[in-house]
Amino acid sequence: MSIVDTDSDLTAEQRDAITAMAGHYDHKRGACIEALKYVQSHYRFVSDRHLAEVATLLDMSCADLDGVATYYNLIFRRPVGEHVIFLCDSVSCWIMGRDAVNQRIRARLGIEPGETTPDGAYTLLPIVCLGHCDHAPAMLLDETLHGDLDAARIDTILGIQSER
Amino acid sequence: METPLTANISPDREPLDITGYERAGGYRAVRKVLGGMTPADVIDVVTRSKLRGRGGAGFPTGIKWSLVPKDVAVTGPHYLVVNADEMEPGTFKDRLLLEGDPHQLIEAAIVAAYAIQAATAYIFLRGEYYPAERRLRQAIGEAAARGYLGANILGSGYDLEIHVHTSGGRYICGEETALLTALEGRRAVPRAKPPFPQSSGLWGRPTVVNNVETLCNIPHIVNNGAEWFADLGLGDEGGTKIYGASGRVKRPGAWELPMGTPLSELIENHAGGMRDGYALRGVLPGGLSTSFITPENIAVKMDYASVEKIGSRLGTGTVIVLDDRTCPVGMLRNAEHFFAQESCGWCTPCRDGLPWVERLLAGIEAGEGETEDLDILEQHVGLLGPGRTFCAHAPGAMAPLASGLKYFRADFERHIHDKRCPWA
Repeated sequence: MSIVDTDSDLTAEQRDAITAMAGHYDHKRGACIEALKYVQSHYRFVSDRHLAEVATLLDMSCADLDGVATYYNLIFRRPVGEHVIFLCDSVSCWIMGRDAVNQRIRARLGIEPGETTPDGAYTLLPIVCLGHCDHAPAMLLDETLHGDLDAARIDTILGIQSER
Repeated sequence: METPLTANISPDREPLDITGYERAGGYRAVRKVLGGMTPADVIDVVTRSKLRGRGGAGFPTGIKWSLVPKDVAVTGPHYLVVNADEMEPGTFKDRLLLEGDPHQLIEAAIVAAYAIQAATAYIFLRGEYYPAERRLRQAIGEAAARGYLGANILGSGYDLEIHVHTSGGRYICGEETALLTALEGRRAVPRAKPPFPQSSGLWGRPTVVNNVETLCNIPHIVNNGAEWFADLGLGDEGGTKIYGASGRVKRPGAWELPMGTPLSELIENHAGGMRDGYALRGVLPGGLSTSFITPENIAVKMDYASVEKIGSRLGTGTVIVLDDRTCPVGMLRNAEHFFAQESCGWCTPCRDGLPWVERLLAGIEAGEGETEDLDILEQHVGLLGPGRTFCAHAPGAMAPLASGLKYFRADFERHIHDKRCPWA
């Protein structure tokens, strides 16, 4: 697991990128969701320190920005694993057996939804419909969509991933 | 059969780049519109085509555009917002268009933005749609390099910038006023209507929010005319529709077909019928927030008016099939879990009512339900119905529940009587 340093300030380049995003909107705060996601793409989650920095850059209070950050499920305010598994729990995937897939992932990784493996490799989270219903059950592993899942596919996907 | 929306789409390759798209006739609509049509001309042809919103609500697009004030000097800047926040469970049609032919959407956005005289457009994209984001950003870059975006487009004096906004999640962002609130960098709580976004939308300025599939029709209407579009449909409603099917059918998928294609044809011919050993019990015709259609109505034409006539809604047109080996109570518990989780929490009936509904359904599914639970569920159908809540989220949640209680009553009663799920 690589070490993610969230005790340091954002880099000058990162601050410039956030300021550039703010230019796409009439009011700076319009960029706040993308700015938080951008921070997360570098540090995996949004620490208190980084939240405060983004708030300052976008002329928002920390409380206001934290209200936004905690509303949106794709923004993490707590550390997550190196890889995040979003397993769809919506209707078509439920009909097609997502509960069995969920069981397999839990058994393979030894974690419940919402938890991270002790080695920090994986976090398992439920997610709403991923728009892959014709290949249900589906999941998103980081930025890659996987469909037609069953126990064997899960073993293959997690096997390949852990060898990287 | 014409398939204008998907003509350039082939799932096994990358989408057309700008050269390929132009070679296939792309950006002709932009040239035509900027080369001599007034914004009023564009609104007129779209109004006459009778194109209705493909995001679920079915509002006439031309009329929506015509409600935008005309004088930018008085109102301040106008905005076009593309609703690419596809999140209705069971719906996977906009992803096909976004990933498959991004330039078609960019061209459509340019024409639509010109029609409402917007100088800025935002594509509000689901955060989980990573390939779509990469392809849209690529397409925007290519279009800008060819002079279709930016200042003084094709020498017409018209300026437009398009920005991609990737969302932080939450189903409620698909509701157009909640989407605008999210785009302003706030918690996505819907707004009261009126005022409608056309007069007071993003940052309080005139704004049009259109669904991806809706917009993708625009270049074809501009190129081929309103009558051509009207004739594409099988009945009174024009155009094609991207229908889809998921659940235990033989070949789940999405298909561009004439508007008004019968549901039976969709399921039997295109989806290949039910899988062996499974029988059809019901269909949610347009995503999770529509009412069940039962097998006796399977011949219904999949257009707005016909589906409404039998008590449901066309919605997104992507059908979810319930089979006889899946518990309808379990399916509804799954559905109401979704709606309860995705409530923004702003108004009381939705925030407090939906978790209660979910708990009652979970109890019945687990064999712990009482007969009076069914009365309480029926009460919620009324209390969370249209007109009782701030937005359409809770009424949408009640559509499958109300119809499920009606059509699958015996299954509910059996759970309660036997104190267990018959499918478990």
